[in-house]
Amino acid sequence: MAHAQLSPRNIPDRLQGRGARLLKSWEALLVVVAAAIFLGNSLASPYFLDPWNLSDATFNFTEKAMIAFAMALVIISGEIDLSVASIIALASTAMGYAVQLGLDTPALVAIGLGVGLVCGAVNGLLITGLGLPSIVVTIGTMSLFRGLSFIVLGDQAFTGYPESFAWFGQGYVWWVFSFEFTLFVLLAVVYGVLLHKTNFGRAVYAIGNNQTAALFSGVRVARVKFALFLMTGLMAGLASICLTSRLGSTRPSIALGWELEVVTMVVLGGVSILGGSGTIPGIVLAALIMGMVTFGFGLLNVPGIVMSIFIGLLLISVIALPILWQRARRRLSQ
Amino acid sequence: MLQDTTTSRMKPAIALEGISKSFPGVRALSEVSLTLYPGSVTALIGENGAGKSTLVKILTGIYQPDSGVIRVGEAETAFPTALSAARAGVTAIHQETVLFDELSVAENIFLGHAPRNRLGLIDWKKLNADAAALLLRAGADFDPTIRLRDLGIARKHLVAIARALSVDARVVIMDEPTAALSHKEIHELYALIERLKADGKAILFISHKFDEIFRIADRYTVFRDGTMVGEGVIADVRHDDLVRMMVGRSVDSVYPKKEVGIGEPVLTVSGYRHPTEFEDISFQLRRGEILGFYGLVGAGRSEFMQSLIGITRPSAGAIRLDGEVLVIRSPAEAIRAGIVYVPEERGRQGAIIGMPIFQNVTLPSLSHTSRTGFLRLANEFALAREYTSRLDLRAASLDQDVGTLSGGNQQKVVIAKWLATKPKVIILDEPTKGIDIGSKAAVHAFMSELAAQGLSVIMVSSEIPEIMGMSDRVIVMREGRIAGRFERSELTAEKLVRAAAGIEAQPEGRAA
Amino acid sequence: MTAKLLKNREILLVMAIMVLLAVIALRFPGFVAPANLARVYNDTSILIILALGQMAVILTRCIDLSMAANLALCGMVAAMLNTAFPGLPIPLVIVAVMALGGLLGMANGTLVWKIDIPPIVVTLGTLTIYRGLIFLLTDGKWINAHEMSDAFKALPRQDLAGVPVLSWLSLVMIAVMFVVMGRTPLGRAFYAVGGNPHAAVYTGIDVGRTRFFAYCLSGALAGLSGYLWVSRYAVAYVDIAAGFELDIIAACVIGGISIAGGIGSVAGAVLGALFLGVIKNALPVINISPFAQMAISGTVIIIAVAVNVRAERRKGRVILKKAEAA
Repeated sequence: MAHAQLSPRNIPDRLQGRGARLLKSWEALLVVVAAAIFLGNSLASPYFLDPWNLSDATFNFTEKAMIAFAMALVIISGEIDLSVASIIALASTAMGYAVQLGLDTPALVAIGLGVGLVCGAVNGLLITGLGLPSIVVTIGTMSLFRGLSFIVLGDQAFTGYPESFAWFGQGYVWWVFSFEFTLFVLLAVVYGVLLHKTNFGRAVYAIGNNQTAALFSGVRVARVKFALFLMTGLMAGLASICLTSRLGSTRPSIALGWELEVVTMVVLGGVSILGGSGTIPGIVLAALIMGMVTFGFGLLNVPGIVMSIFIGLLLISVIALPILWQRARRRLSQ
Repeated sequence: MLQDTTTSRMKPAIALEGISKSFPGVRALSEVSLTLYPGSVTALIGENGAGKSTLVKILTGIYQPDSGVIRVGEAETAFPTALSAARAGVTAIHQETVLFDELSVAENIFLGHAPRNRLGLIDWKKLNADAAALLLRAGADFDPTIRLRDLGIARKHLVAIARALSVDARVVIMDEPTAALSHKEIHELYALIERLKADGKAILFISHKFDEIFRIADRYTVFRDGTMVGEGVIADVRHDDLVRMMVGRSVDSVYPKKEVGIGEPVLTVSGYRHPTEFEDISFQLRRGEILGFYGLVGAGRSEFMQSLIGITRPSAGAIRLDGEVLVIRSPAEAIRAGIVYVPEERGRQGAIIGMPIFQNVTLPSLSHTSRTGFLRLANEFALAREYTSRLDLRAASLDQDVGTLSGGNQQKVVIAKWLATKPKVIILDEPTKGIDIGSKAAVHAFMSELAAQGLSVIMVSSEIPEIMGMSDRVIVMREGRIAGRFERSELTAEKLVRAAAGIEAQPEGRAA
Repeated sequence: MTAKLLKNREILLVMAIMVLLAVIALRFPGFVAPANLARVYNDTSILIILALGQMAVILTRCIDLSMAANLALCGMVAAMLNTAFPGLPIPLVIVAVMALGGLLGMANGTLVWKIDIPPIVVTLGTLTIYRGLIFLLTDGKWINAHEMSDAFKALPRQDLAGVPVLSWLSLVMIAVMFVVMGRTPLGRAFYAVGGNPHAAVYTGIDVGRTRFFAYCLSGALAGLSGYLWVSRYAVAYVDIAAGFELDIIAACVIGGISIAGGIGSVAGAVLGALFLGVIKNALPVINISPFAQMAISGTVIIIAVAVNVRAERRKGRVILKKAEAA
């Protein structure tokens, strides 16, 4: 093949316009699903479209979504953090203990966030410092953190949270918009910018696609990953404040099983469990979908555990369908 | 070396006729033919990118040819799977043997066809005994119950050969088998090959070391740019004939070296050492110079380079760049200092597959295109555009996934990435490995261009023509240490080979 | 020689368990009386059986987070069978739920093999589906001891030559897995697939199918454990064995089974389970609240994986000749 080149080749930046790229994305599929569920819910129950009911519905997902944003980044980078629910428990236990000592709301908030950060740091050190696989480490810390809560509380509960503390989980910022929902929107924006518009976010994608090449390219892999685990810890702490405030009490079994729901939300949101791809808008849509499903089923008086069957099926189908679709397309084109 | 006059009357063990294979953008093989005879060694010769590894993959059933015929014995056949090729008696021994480190040697030999007892369970006693016998036939005498992981590469080769014997292979493909072997081990391998020949196996021996080829091969086949350009009996050719067939044009045009004024030392490395990988590495690199690093695979060159840029920690050593003392603890620091490394393993260490071309190009330079920490796509596209056009990249758009590009174009993206950081020193580790001739020449032209612009280039290469064609000076490494330093004017292929392999000078005139 | 022995994971575990027992015996010599040790073994039998199943799956570079849910569903079905047909011989019930468990495992295996969904996603999904199915089957109702037939409850406790049937079953399973892993092509394929899936293809091993069989095996063992659990504790409800999947994975990790696949042994899985079993049974004796068990498990997992990774880490490329001897 002749190689002579007289003028510089002009390679276009992009072939597809923004609109085309958006339409073909996973997020577009989620919008369709979300719209379908919204429609289904409105038709199934007359209570669904009431603004205050919808506002109540948001409590089904806001706390999990906060963690899901941070978890999404962790999974995109190729790791996982299964200890998030246990961090909620430990942070809540610490706050409850502080209440028994007579500390007031600002201190409680500081403690909740602080414990979250420390737990995140523990995870981060074990994973980036010692190079241990995140799945096993966080299974370990999952037991350890919640185990510590059990040691402190046994089968008792902490109550007696100050009144001002209740605002986080039960208060409203304006009209129907609760503090939690507002926080959710804010965090969606913050994480959206962080992941999609900053150098840090680019580094996260690079690490998830090819950690070795990212390292060779000057990305500070260990630092980035450590920061990611700190963030999930912090978000778990924040979620713990909201949840504890909403429930008004702390038991060691608080948020039991939530880590799986958060992972489900992340994967449903289009983040590949293998790392390297996914978006924040996808997580937002997944959170809305899961929230609506939970709320809708709740209105129909379906027990939570049956709902989780639906979520489990949703998770598997959502991953399976694109694969099956691709195979069918390939077979048709042959 | 055997006189081989009988093969033309023998029935071939396996024959490939008119084989073609294309990949997107690259025609890897065009109508090639290859015939292997039992009890005979055929050398397959060609530069990187000539199509050798594609052919091996077709022989072992990993790729399917687009057209052409495969004959085993007389019958026309096909290898739709790796397993079918294995069943037909084709086995391959690669540089990195494809076996199971955590299983025992004996199990590696018999995996998939272990002897069973009457209950259908694996008969370990027989397995170990049979394995020991096969190892003896392969010229090895170590315990077959040890874990494969505990063996060195030479012995792993022997295990692979024992496996080939266990499946009664009729065709044994050896792909650069001596790359990581010591002098003594190489001679043991030659003896083994003689034994395999006596056993009636047909051997395909892929190598770029002419002394080996002339020592062990009976026949030869030369590939160039995906076509077969010559074949015959080794006894009938000389070195130069083979080189001419391989390269097909004068060395100069493939290795376009500009005359560049070489300046003052820019990089001084003293006493670099690592506990297990290398020691006593000291040299200087001058402005505008191309310094070649030659050596066998496993000599420690890449390991040293990676230590230089901060991937691994040296146990001792100092660097001065432009007079300033540098301490490099991470690739980020190396990049900031102006020393960049284009890695050997493009897919694993160089290109981030899954990300678009422009993002690959801008990754080390994000702190420049996006000073505030917030991405500025316009700047990124501009940077990517500039450097990809300088390297004449062929792609549909800069937004395209870098994984969809051909090997040569991926390499251009990787090099563009590093040039975009405006380095002072650029280290290229096997820069043209596995890419087509066209892109190869482009990379070389570009290297010269860089040197002319005042960059300093270190080129790690295992290809003699490339080293000799492009370097101003050559440093040869062997077993982790520097084994020779040569100026361009005194370079000969023989000196390089001797220094790299640590062999004594041979008497002249043994080539034919 | 000693150094090599010390590096052997199984020997280390045996020593660790010995040390643990010795420390406990200092305060409570009664703990290490043979009768008590037998009791501890009996108590750990279910975990051993489950760890054997999980081991097969992890060896192939997969994971099965749905084992506890599988166990719970099969246990409930066993109890339901028993309350509906009290005359049904218990061995038949066992076979039935093992088959059910195998089917549930097959579902996992099929999704991993045929549709190529990552194992963690598959088993995360099936874990909630299987648990939810229990609710659907029973509408949340429990099956209590008085509803189960005597034969149903008695079988694991039955004494055969001084050893309860429960212990016998786990011993039999250990022996079976020993043979499967060590003497059958399928067992060796587990190791090959996890060790080097690309190379495994060349030797004629179907990677997906091997993983499928690993899941069938773990499912069947979960089914068996389901019967054993509900009969031993004489109760069946939606939440039994909640969180137990962590213990199972912990046992494997402690036993030296690498999460990266290809490394691990039957002895390791058994010893890992025993290690956890000893701790669990010792806690009440040394007066540590049973609530501490979770935290201790967690710590042990972290230490175990750190040890695992250090052992697996290669020496690093050795190029200098003099470094080779080191």
